[in-house]
Amino acid sequence: MTSSCWHAEFKKLMWAYAGRRIIYAVPIAIGVTVICFGLVFLAPGDPMVNLLPPDASPADAAYLRKLYGFDQPVPVQYAKWLLRAVTGDLGTSLQTGRPVISEVGRALSNTIVISLGAVLLAFSLAFVLGTLAGYYAGRPADRALTAVSVVGVSVPNYWLGMVLIIVFSVELGVLPATGMGSAGSDTFSLFNWEQAKYAILPVITLSMVPLGIIMRNTRAAIAEVLANDFVQTLRAKGLPETMVIRHAVRNAFPQVLAVMGLQFGYLVGGSILIETIFTWPGTGFLLSKAILTRDIPVLQGAILVLAMCFVATNLAVDLLQTAIDPRIRRA
Amino acid sequence: MTDATLRVEFAAQPAAIRVRGYWGTVGRRLRYDYVTLFFLAVILMIVFAAIAAPLIAPFDPNKTSMAFRLKPIGFRDFRLGTDELGRDMLSRLIWGGRMSLLMGLVPVVVATAIGGTLGVIAGFVGGKLNMLIMRTMDIFYAFPSVLLAIAISGMMGGGMYNGLIALSMVFIPPLCRIAETATTQVRHLDFVEAARASGASSGSIILHHVVGNVLAPVLIYASSLISVSVLLSAGLSFLGLGVEPPTPDWGLMLSTLRQAIYVQPLVCALPGAAIFITSLSFNLVSDGLRHAMDVRI
Repeated sequence: MTSSCWHAEFKKLMWAYAGRRIIYAVPIAIGVTVICFGLVFLAPGDPMVNLLPPDASPADAAYLRKLYGFDQPVPVQYAKWLLRAVTGDLGTSLQTGRPVISEVGRALSNTIVISLGAVLLAFSLAFVLGTLAGYYAGRPADRALTAVSVVGVSVPNYWLGMVLIIVFSVELGVLPATGMGSAGSDTFSLFNWEQAKYAILPVITLSMVPLGIIMRNTRAAIAEVLANDFVQTLRAKGLPETMVIRHAVRNAFPQVLAVMGLQFGYLVGGSILIETIFTWPGTGFLLSKAILTRDIPVLQGAILVLAMCFVATNLAVDLLQTAIDPRIRRA
Repeated sequence: MTDATLRVEFAAQPAAIRVRGYWGTVGRRLRYDYVTLFFLAVILMIVFAAIAAPLIAPFDPNKTSMAFRLKPIGFRDFRLGTDELGRDMLSRLIWGGRMSLLMGLVPVVVATAIGGTLGVIAGFVGGKLNMLIMRTMDIFYAFPSVLLAIAISGMMGGGMYNGLIALSMVFIPPLCRIAETATTQVRHLDFVEAARASGASSGSIILHHVVGNVLAPVLIYASSLISVSVLLSAGLSFLGLGVEPPTPDWGLMLSTLRQAIYVQPLVCALPGAAIFITSLSFNLVSDGLRHAMDVRI
């Protein structure tokens, strides 16, 4: 077989895999919408009442009941809800009266800013430290570095956020404690120090868990590669250790990159506590406000959007990993 | 070689090679794993303090005092200071351990029972039932765990029981998946076929052959979830979901003291430190157990 022929074959396999993976994500996405729809029924009381502001008139209630189909069987209600959700209508916030989709959209971009910052910070640190730990596996350096990663996953990050505020804002007074600065979310720029400094503490706090997890994975991946026979061959032919490490890094990289992608997904969906601490106006802060005020439409809408983002991130990570690492061909 | 010496050598053999069983090996490994032993001792101390709270707490954890609000560490008899309502921090931390341990352990136990059972059934029966159970679990996997916990308890409203339900729901899918994988691996092994051929019922095969092989990975994984559960439950209380005031709970204490970080930063950091130590200890003990039991998940 010629090399170009092999290449074409490989490409075909890749596309088949990508197609299968995308098709597989569809039932998951539908399942997610079913759960998000069902969440409203978990809330105590009439779901209809939960969706209405307390001062709504009976006429309003009757109108909405008809519109949302609450007088019809549950599957019909779901279908109507799904149709509206797909077209971007997630209802109206009980607190602000604005459409949920616009509230969530604004918040989402703020969340992505700090999540991306955190995951990049975590990755750059964790990949270096994890590689060192994997290279020195079993030795004191490895133990010390592993301790760092255990601390990363064990520390309650909402508490760490408070400690950082105590140190850097209360005691030293060098960084702002909360908020996003005067610019607000519309003109926020990471390249302007006056604004970017508001993101520093949230980013550091958010990066702790991914730091621990990415480090652990990098260490395992590097140690596994170094245990392979080809590494012995490399050393036998007299390759300097730095080059051996380079081989290990190249082999471990795609796997660790996938872990990073997943962690990004977790951060976008799970930054609620950190955003609450720092009053960072992202989706997490929106959720925690919605919980306090029992703003069910916002709660439901934000959860739906975040879960969908997570599904999409997982899918993207999977596809990307297959694209850069031809060894992976999962069914 | 004479016959006599041969006999002697044979007799000496069993004494020379002492065969150690699986649990013997695990115990031996643990005995020399000082890190795990140390953190196991820490956990036992926290558990002891939580159980003996009424005896060892110096003050009533709910007794407020307007005069002694937010006092520093070491103020008079308040060894760890007082909170925003003048309640003794040390007593509240000791009592708070009860709630935090409860919220850390109960969801994991419930999820292990439900998720483990579902996983064994899915793995053992296979076919359509497996599809149904595992694809349902996949959907729950599509939510980041923090988001799922907050979604469920946020909708149901605060309260300890809702928090426990939410956390249990979060842990069922991963445990189910672990149990299903382990069961599927065991199901086709020869000894299961042999048991079936000799007329054993499905129930007794599961009980005698499957559970024994599934238990180790499931329990090890469950032990690693305790740390997550402690962190998550404190997080729920922190958001006003989960435990309700004035019950002493580390997450709740952290949340109410948040307003006071400018006044008494050290005192405010204490409940978080307690959560951190507990979560770290459970994490390290779980790692140690996994290592000692040589389980790969």
